[in-house]
This record gives sequence, structure tokens and C-alpha cells, in this order.
Amino acid sequence: MSGNLTLALTVGALYAAGTYLLLQRTLTRVVLGLGLLGHGANLLLLQAGGSAGGVPFVGAPAGASGVADPLPQAMVLTAIVITFGVSAFLLALAYRSWVLTGEDDVQDDVEDRRVTRRQRTEDAPVVRPEDEL
Amino acid sequence: MLALLALHLALALLAPAAAARLGRSVFLLVALAPAATTAWAATSAAAVLDGRPRPQATSWVPGLGLTLDLRLDALALLMVTLVSGIGTLVFLYCARYFPADARGLGRFAGVLTAFAGAMLGLVLADDLILLYVFWELTSVTSYLLIGFDDEDAESRRAAQQALLVTVLGGLTMLVGFVLLAQAAGTASLSAILADPPRGGTVPVALLLILVGAFTKSAQVPFHPWLPSAMAAPTPVSAYLHAAAMVKAGVYLVARLAPAFAVVGLWRPVVLTVGLATMVVGGWRALRQTDLKRLLAFGTVSQLGFLMVLLGAGTRQAAVAGAALLLAHGLFKATLFLTVGAVDHATGTRDLRVLSGVGRQLPVLAGAATLAALSMAGVPPLLGFISKEAAYEAFLSGSGTDRLVFVGLFVGSLLTAAYSARFLWGAFASKPGCARTQVHTLSPVLLGPVVVLGAAGLLLGLAPALADPLVQAYADGYGTPAEVEHLALWHGLTAALAWSVLTLALGAALFVVRERLSGLQRSAGRLLGAVDADRSYEGTLSLLDRLARRVTALAQSGSLPVYLGTVVLTVVLLPGVALLTSTRLTDDLQGWDRPLQPIVGVVIVVAAVATARAHRRFTAVLTLGAVGYGTAVMFVLQGGPDLALTQFLVETLTLVLFMFVLRRLPAHFSRQHFQLSQTVRVAVAGAAGVFVTTAVLVAGQARTAPPASRAYLEQSLPEGGGRNVVNVVLVDFRGFDTLGEITVLVVAALGVASLVLAARRRTSPHAEGETAVMAAGGQALDEPGAAAPVVVP
Repeated sequence: MSGNLTLALTVGALYAAGTYLLLQRTLTRVVLGLGLLGHGANLLLLQAGGSAGGVPFVGAPAGASGVADPLPQAMVLTAIVITFGVSAFLLALAYRSWVLTGEDDVQDDVEDRRVTRRQRTEDAPVVRPEDEL
Repeated sequence: MLALLALHLALALLAPAAAARLGRSVFLLVALAPAATTAWAATSAAAVLDGRPRPQATSWVPGLGLTLDLRLDALALLMVTLVSGIGTLVFLYCARYFPADARGLGRFAGVLTAFAGAMLGLVLADDLILLYVFWELTSVTSYLLIGFDDEDAESRRAAQQALLVTVLGGLTMLVGFVLLAQAAGTASLSAILADPPRGGTVPVALLLILVGAFTKSAQVPFHPWLPSAMAAPTPVSAYLHAAAMVKAGVYLVARLAPAFAVVGLWRPVVLTVGLATMVVGGWRALRQTDLKRLLAFGTVSQLGFLMVLLGAGTRQAAVAGAALLLAHGLFKATLFLTVGAVDHATGTRDLRVLSGVGRQLPVLAGAATLAALSMAGVPPLLGFISKEAAYEAFLSGSGTDRLVFVGLFVGSLLTAAYSARFLWGAFASKPGCARTQVHTLSPVLLGPVVVLGAAGLLLGLAPALADPLVQAYADGYGTPAEVEHLALWHGLTAALAWSVLTLALGAALFVVRERLSGLQRSAGRLLGAVDADRSYEGTLSLLDRLARRVTALAQSGSLPVYLGTVVLTVVLLPGVALLTSTRLTDDLQGWDRPLQPIVGVVIVVAAVATARAHRRFTAVLTLGAVGYGTAVMFVLQGGPDLALTQFLVETLTLVLFMFVLRRLPAHFSRQHFQLSQTVRVAVAGAAGVFVTTAVLVAGQARTAPPASRAYLEQSLPEGGGRNVVNVVLVDFRGFDTLGEITVLVVAALGVASLVLAARRRTSPHAEGETAVMAAGGQALDEPGAAAPVVVP
């Protein structure tokens, strides 16, 4: 079973760019990142079917390398549609966030920030168990 | 036996309701459970002592191999005598100890009964896992009982300490149990003891089990929870912390010692810890001023003594240990109940204040004197007999035994001294102290004290009554030709001389108590750094600080940081495995079709442009380019259906983005990150490299022919279609497609509700944006409803 370097590199690049966008604060960019990851995943699935081949039709002429695997193609077809559904939903979320707060950025969690601050300011004092009950 | 456990449970559940009607007399009702158990034990005694244990097996969770195996043998009978016999008397005592209008009596009675049931289960259990379950049940009920006065910070702290220490030990023990059960191939206690496994993990398992036993029985360095637990009501102290629960660890050691005392570090560990506990407990008991704490440290000391005797692994020591187990249950419960009665009658337990109580409560003082003399080891009481037997067991032995004997001797003379201190502190008339005011005590309160105190005397005068029970347990070590029976008088032996010396030195220590307390204070200052209670506090606060630090570190609150962590984990864990365990073959092709590299470059360039774009519009267009490029790639790879779908969906996605972007600002906002740009690029790059490698390796890892070969063959005859991908979707994998459609419907519903809710907000009624947010979704459904909550 041979590997296709071009496809592998393309998939890798799509994942890298997608991950980079996922690590942003702006929700729109996160949605874009998910789109890139979706494309990457689709190519990855396709690649799992082996090397390129003839179209998987009954009776169609098979090329030198045989017929392409139909199962990964069916999976990719499903994945394309699902990715679309998820993107639409996330986009609606980003839009809603913008409508409500005037921006589509994800802010740091307030509670967590408080925990961090508390740790920095009062690290030393001994807390007896009954103080916390 | 199961019926008795069920009776405990039923009465425990009934108690709160019954208490509402009966008041404090509810204890007379729940006393039925231990009383019935005692009666049952008495009727079974003859057979058990004859060497015929009574087993009862009930299936519990067959799938997991869990059984409710119970077994009454000599040791269990001895423990049942303590747990249920003394338990019954403590329950009776409770009926008059508490004020008639005390708060929460029903809850207390219920938990106390539940504890009695759990403890009974613990000593009867013949299955390691079952024993563990009851073990932890006693820890939990003990927690509830110690913390009975839940408005008092001190008792809450004590309850927490007891729970943390004993449950931690219990968990350690569970690991030991599992190891032992695996080594033996069964969890049945009697089967393991009959054919004990050796070697392998067994020595480790035993050490872990010992940790559990040490925490439960308050051995050094786990002992501080026991004195702290004196915050509990006195009947609890008498029952849990003298007669029953703290004996659980000793019981476990006594149970395992006949089979395992010779294994690994068992003997050195048990003897060292036991002796240290005995001496430390006795020393600390001598400086207490609260009668209850004095007894608590005394209990710690005696538990160490028991640990040494029952863990030593010789028949003679086991005889002494079993006798002491009985004696200690009797005298310590008596003494605790005495303290409760004194507290009840005078309102204080401080021995610096109490004066002249003995004259006014002669019956109580008499019973307590009997118990204290038994504790000190004065003839003709049971305590003397057991201590004499212990001396005998270790005097006759080798070098190590001599060393142990010295420890026992020191511990015993401290015991004699604090016994005297207790009697003096509770009952003596002290010069310079006003005579304490005393009110009379109910006979129901006094009765149990007198019965328990007298029992020690009775068994001392007629040791033949206790002897069969003790011998039956010791027979686990084999029956010698000439059995050494318990007796008051063994003739003029060395042990007797040592006993006399113990009492004399103990009395001397008591006489010089003033000077001794000065010495203790300076020793206390010197040893302050190694105070076990303080190390407990230190550990807890260290844990608190550590938790706060870890939380602050792990919970930064930044979504990019969280996602980055997830991505890095994915890259590092499987990535390392990928690099170390697999090797790429040279069977790699650049491309399958010459057009592929060109399309690939287009896709990569467009993807990078998407990532770098500052304008939303640009980013969406380049994303579209990636999508169309992917579609071309599909065509080249041999999937026209995919390409068609991809073209359609990509177009639809573009339209969707345009709808939304129309409203959003043109540029992405400038952001502040906890993660620097370099880190984000590095993480993203690592993810890309990982995926590329994974794709190549996975592509070469195929060992079986593709599953789709059958699809190709059966597409036309079974699915009636030439397009195999289509047939797979609508026929072979039709349910998958149904699921896919469901996902789309759910997503559509979500999108619709989000977008429609937003549209309503723009109606003229709702101008207060933040207020609408605070009011949540419901307000948004009604255009008018948002208006009343608007805050200017």
C-alpha cells in the first residue's frame, strides 16, 4: 500500500492552519478554522481509501490502479454535510454573541481569573479546615 | 446473621421517626438490635467454641464475584461480645445520658444503630471486599457521630480529621486487599487463611493492609484523630473509641496474624509501631487534665499493647491479646461511661476542678475503681490476668522478645500511673479545691457502668469463663499438648515479680506527678516539632495551597490556552508513540495524478492566506478557495459524487458567511493573548506535522483487504444501483444517513432559534442590551416582556 505525499502534506497544512485559527479569540476565525479542519479531515478520510482510482460505478472502466474505494467516499460525503451543519450553527452562535455583546471575541472566564488572582495575592496564609466549612 | 444486620438497618431507619414520639427513650427501642445479636451470639457460642464456625453465604453481585459471606468463629464471637454486648449497655446508658429535650436525638440514635450494624458486619464478614465495605461504613458513621454537635467548629474539625485519616488508611488497605485476593485467587477470608499465599506481591499487600489497620486503631503516627474525636458525645467515645471501632484495626491484625505474621516485615513493623504507640500514648495520657482526653490517650496506649500481642504471631501472645481485648473493652467502656456520668452530675471533666466527687457518688466511684485497677493490672481483675499472660509470653523468648518485653514493661508502668491519675482526678478530695456540686444520677445511667465494671472483676475471679473463648481463637496457631489456661495464680514466677515492680513504679510515678509534669512540659517543648497533630494540620494546609496553585495553573480561563493544551496532548502522546514504534517504508509516491501537486499548492496557499487574513471578507473568500480546491482533489482521487457535493456545499457556506459578515465589522479585532504568537504558530505547526506523519503511517498500516469489496460486488444485485457510493449511503448504511439528517435538523433548529431571537431583540421595546442578557432567553421570546427588566 503506497502513500501519497502530496495529499499528506496538504492535509497537514490544512490542520496546521485550522489549529492556528482555532487558537484565536475571535469566534469568526474559530469557525473559519473549523472549516479548514473539516476540509483537512475530508482529505484525510479520502486518503485512507488508498491511491487514486477509477470512479466506483458498476460497469465503469477501471483504470490501471483499479477502482477507488467507495466506503471512505461515503464517509466523506456524510462529513461534508455535517461540517456544513456545524459551521452554520457556530456562525449563528458567533453572530448571537456579536448581537448581545457587540463583539465576537471570547473573553477569559471571570471566575478563573479570580482564582488566579487569589492564588497570587494570598498564597502564604494557613487555612484551617474549619475556616472553609 | 443477615437477619441481624437487617434488624440493625431497619431500626436505624426507624429511629428518627420513633424519636419524635419516644424522645430519649428511643435508645431503649434501638437497643433491641444489639441485644438480639448478643442473645444470638450466646446461643451460638457452644458450637463455635467447639470448633464449628457458623458460615452463611448469600449471593450479592454474582457478575463481579461479590458475595455476602458471613462467618461466626471464635475471634468473631469475641468481637461480637464487645460490639453487641457492650453496645447494648451503651445504648441503655444513652437513654438517660442525654437531656430529655436534646436536639437531633433521632438522627443520633439512627446513626449509632447503623454504626452498630456496620461494626457487626465488619467482624462477621468472611470476604475481603465485604469487610472493606463495612470498614468504610464504620468510618462514615463515626464521622457523623463525632460531628454530632455540628455547630461546634472543634467537633467538625475532629470529625473531618477522623474521616480523612481512617478513609485514607482504608483506601490503602483496599489496594492491599485486592493484591492479596489476586495472589490467593479468592477474596474469601477463611479460604485465604486456610491456604495463605506466599511471595510475589503478598508482603507489599500486607504492609498496605497494616496501614489501614494502624489508621483505624490510632497507632503512631496516625493517632491524633482519636484524642480529637473526644469532641463526640461521651457514649460515642465509650462505644466507638474504646470498645468497638478502634478495635477494627486490631481485629484485622488478629485475623491475619496466624497466617501472615511470619511474612516479610509484618513482625518488625507491627511490634515497632505497637510499642511506640503504647509508650507515646501512656506518656501523653499522664499530662492530660481533661479526664476524657486522658482516657483517649490511654486508649491509644492500650491499642498499641493489643497490636503487639495480637500481631506478634505466637500462640502465647495471642492468648494474652485475646484476653486483653476483652478486658480492655470492659474497663475502658466503664471508664468512659464514668466520665460521662461525672460530667452529667457535675458539669465538668477537668480534673483540676473536680474534688470530693467520690464521697458523693460512691457507687460510681466503686465501679470506676474496679475498672481502673483492671486497667492498671491489679489482681484479681481481668486486666491483671491478661497483662500477666503478656509478660509471660515475652519473658520466655529470645533477644527480640526481651526488647519487646522492655517496651511492654515501660508502657504498663505508665498505664498504672495514669490509671491512678484518673481515679485521683475524678474522685479524690483535693486540698485547695472547693467541693464540687453533684446532682444524683439515674439508676439507668449507673446500671451499665456497674455491670461493666463488675464484669471485669467476675472474669478476673473466674477466668475459666473467658478461657474457652480465648483458647478457641488461639487454636488458630495450632493446639499444643499442654494448654496454658488463663489463671489468677501461676505460682511465684518472674512475670509476677515484674507485675509487682510495674505497679510499684507506676505508683511512684503517680506520687511524683508534680515534678513529672514539669519534665513533661520541657520534653513537650523539645519535641514540639514532631507533634503528629501539627503535621496533620501542616499536611492539610499544604494540600490547600497546592490545590490553589494547581487550579490557578490549570484553570487559566483562556479558551486558546485550553484548546492549545488539548492539541499539544494529542500531538505529544500519540505523536511520540508514532515516532518511536513505527517506521515508514520507502513505498512513498509524490502523487497519483500529475495535477495533484498543483491543486495541493493552491489549497495550501489559500489555507495560509485564510489564517493570516485581517479582513473577514478576505478570510471567507480564501476559505472558499480551499473548499473548491478540495473538490478538485476529490475529482482527481476518483470521487465525482464528492466533488459535486463539495461544490454545492461550499457555495452554500459562502452565502451563509456573507449573510453574517454583512453585519459584523470588516476587520478582526485586535486581541490580547495569554499565549504568544510564536507559541500558537508552534502548536499549530506541531499539529500539522503530526497529522501528516499519521496519514502516511496509517496509510501503510493496512493489513486486511478493504471492507468495501463486497459493496462493489453487491451494489447492483442488492442495492439496485450502479453508483456504489450512492447505494452505500441510501441502502447499505441507510441508518447512518438518517443520523446525519437528524444532525442537520438539530443544527437548523439551533440556527433558527439563535437568529430569530436576535431579530426580536431589535424591536423597539428592548433597548437595554445588558438587561436582556441578564434576563436570559425567556425574556427574548416575548418582545414586550423584556421591557420591565430594562435597567437604564
